[in-house]
Amino acid sequence: MPGEPEARRPVIEMLGIEKSFPGVRALHNVRFDLFPGEVHALMGENGAGKSTLMKILTGVYQPDAGEIRVDDEPAVLPGPQAAQARGISIIHQELFLMNHLTAAQNIFIGREPRKAFNLFVDEDQMKRDAAAIFKRMKIGIDPGAEVGHMTVARQQLVEIAKALSYNARVLVMDEPTSALNETEVEHLFAVIEDLKANGVGIVYITHKMDEVKRIADRVTVMRDGQYIDTLPAAATPMSKIIQMMVGRELADQHRATGHGTTEEVLRVEGLNRGHVIKNVSFTLHKGEILGFAGLMGAGRTEVARAVFGADPIDSGSIRIHGRETRVATPADAVANGIAYLSEDRKHFGLVTGMSVRDNITMASWRRYISGRVFMRDAAMDAVAKEYVAKLRVKTPSVDQVTRLLSGGNQQKVVIGKWLLRDCDILIFDEPTRGIDIGAKAEIYRLLEELAAQGKSIIVISSELPEVLRLSHRIAVMCEGRITGELDGRTATQEDIMTLATQRNATAA
Amino acid sequence: MSDTTMDKSGTGKPGFLSAATLQKAVAFVVLIALVLFFSIFANNFATGANAVGIMQATAVNGVLGVAVTFVIISGGIDLSVGTMMTLTAVTAGLVLTNLGMPLPIGILAAIAAGAFMGAVSGVVIAKLKIPPFIATLGMMQIARGLALVFSGAKPIYFNDTPSYSLLSPESTISKLIPGVEIPNGVMIMFIVAIIASIVLNRTIIGRMIFALGSNEEAARLSGINIDNWKILTYAICGGICGIAGLIVSSRLNSAQPALGLGYELDAIAAVVIGGTSLAGGRGTVMGTIIGAFIMSVLTNGLRVMGVLEEWKIVVTGVIIIVAVFIDIVLRKRA
Repeated sequence: MPGEPEARRPVIEMLGIEKSFPGVRALHNVRFDLFPGEVHALMGENGAGKSTLMKILTGVYQPDAGEIRVDDEPAVLPGPQAAQARGISIIHQELFLMNHLTAAQNIFIGREPRKAFNLFVDEDQMKRDAAAIFKRMKIGIDPGAEVGHMTVARQQLVEIAKALSYNARVLVMDEPTSALNETEVEHLFAVIEDLKANGVGIVYITHKMDEVKRIADRVTVMRDGQYIDTLPAAATPMSKIIQMMVGRELADQHRATGHGTTEEVLRVEGLNRGHVIKNVSFTLHKGEILGFAGLMGAGRTEVARAVFGADPIDSGSIRIHGRETRVATPADAVANGIAYLSEDRKHFGLVTGMSVRDNITMASWRRYISGRVFMRDAAMDAVAKEYVAKLRVKTPSVDQVTRLLSGGNQQKVVIGKWLLRDCDILIFDEPTRGIDIGAKAEIYRLLEELAAQGKSIIVISSELPEVLRLSHRIAVMCEGRITGELDGRTATQEDIMTLATQRNATAA
Repeated sequence: MSDTTMDKSGTGKPGFLSAATLQKAVAFVVLIALVLFFSIFANNFATGANAVGIMQATAVNGVLGVAVTFVIISGGIDLSVGTMMTLTAVTAGLVLTNLGMPLPIGILAAIAAGAFMGAVSGVVIAKLKIPPFIATLGMMQIARGLALVFSGAKPIYFNDTPSYSLLSPESTISKLIPGVEIPNGVMIMFIVAIIASIVLNRTIIGRMIFALGSNEEAARLSGINIDNWKILTYAICGGICGIAGLIVSSRLNSAQPALGLGYELDAIAAVVIGGTSLAGGRGTVMGTIIGAFIMSVLTNGLRVMGVLEEWKIVVTGVIIIVAVFIDIVLRKRA
């Protein structure tokens, strides 16, 4: 294996890992290894199987087949505690800390040092122990400070300290920088370097190429639940890694070809909301697909929700079809033809316990009433069937509860809801999140069809190929601002990434 | 009752019983089993007079249960239904006895008072964003206090309105079909249940209530004005409490201002035993009625058997826990 230090044994080896869930083969013949003192980046598009693999490593899932070796011995990890006992810990993207407890209390939760006949928690001892760990990490966190009052970056460091307190030798970090600013990222990298020097092996899950180049020793790429290859991080060109991830040459990638009309449908000016939206202005044209690119936390979803009236704004104006319009609630937005399709369909898009018919007609229920209050179920059935056919929703019937549909079909149901409501400005937030590859292509086709029919579409996406695939025009955001606009037909991933990381352009 | 329920939690798979349908079936079987048990082991249980007594006892709790079913399906809770019932009874007393108005005005006043107070709860919950548990806990005391204030803390009798007994103890149907001695209060409960079932399953009001209880945020983001529908839900609940207030005061031939506290828990118990999920989005009126019958059959049966009254309270508590446990088991399976 390239870059493998001689005479050192891997602390972790996973071989021939198989894992299936009902209807999906999540992992097929995957292998992975990790040496002490190494940062091993794990890359792949959403749904490539990275998380599943790491859940197996940390004992959350059991593999259907394959072998896990810890310290060159076969290991069974029946649960997270077992993994933790072997020194394997994970820092999740979303942190699992108790906000009202202090750093020290969080680190030692469930195994607090005791005093006075074991009756009382020895808070002082706990603080001293926590302080010792922080000192080892060379970070200045007050062990007595409440976690809820800390920045996300510091909370993350508390999580790492907690893992270290279990004598972690293997640390899985899932997109650790997604919510950090540049200084905080530098700080985290310093901590990681330190951990490396102390022999801790780190699995680093990320989408960010520059980070891999900066801190990873090796990189393993997965795609569609399969192992693709493991390469030295420094010597492998970015384009090669990207190619392995997407499975095709970037040059061959399908690009948006059309463009919108010049008719302005939506104009947003000077939108502000706290720290999350800063002076955002943009326009959207009839028949246009406008992409919103940026890293996580750049404020794209916040802008969408503000335009849709789901969150209050501090200032700014919205003109729809040239007319200044007050959009204070989602009801206002819908009345003006604006629809918002959240990435979190289960919470914000669908009433999952209700049928396909009820969901498709939900925004239009008032149209299906007779005698002032009675629902015209037959008429709703008919129109729901029409949209199910038109959008090619795969469902046994319109009575099916939407919870039981696949992600792609759920998305189509939400799209159907808004089309039926005659919305002509459709804001898609991560339209293909949680949707399998085949259905993705279909959603893309659908969006293109809608644009061609004269709908105006905003697509928020964290997947650059997706933004480039769909957008006629691309607005890039960073830290609440729009840092630039690109022509979708000529823009490159590098162009977008440059704008998306311009966080210091105005701050410095 | 034709409870052609549109099962919101159904899987849509033909030939597969959903959890809600199943639990309703379980509740019904339990009810039948209880009736059989007491018929065999308790003398004087299976008599016509006792059956009428059981139904009488079910009417008030059943109607209150239906009221709170609306709120619970919408994802809320209403702790004020018991004292709200009392306040509406007092309202009827004031209008009929003190003001000497005709019966229909008294009936309307009671229902309107309930609907108004319910709407107030709804506004507090929807606009002031006070959690329903707290808002209706407050309303429970407000209604209780107002009932005492308005009545001067004394019962108001309906002796000047002899026709008031029409609302509960009398049995109109026995005059039409001799031998069917079902009191009017019970008939009113069934009528309320049927209408409530239709409203929940066939009208936009019901559809909105299920949507609110299933996923309020998704409903809001669908452009639905959820505040107004919430207020309406609590107003409907209050209005139905008004009907319960009429039934209970008719049976007692008086509005008893000190009554009411504790009724809300029996009502919620009936709802839960009937398979309506306290998490919202799922439930049926028919289940609630079955739940109310289970509670009164149990109370009555144990009393006829000579079991101490106090034990009945213990048994009711156990039944609530068992009912929710069955719900959890069934839902996991489904």
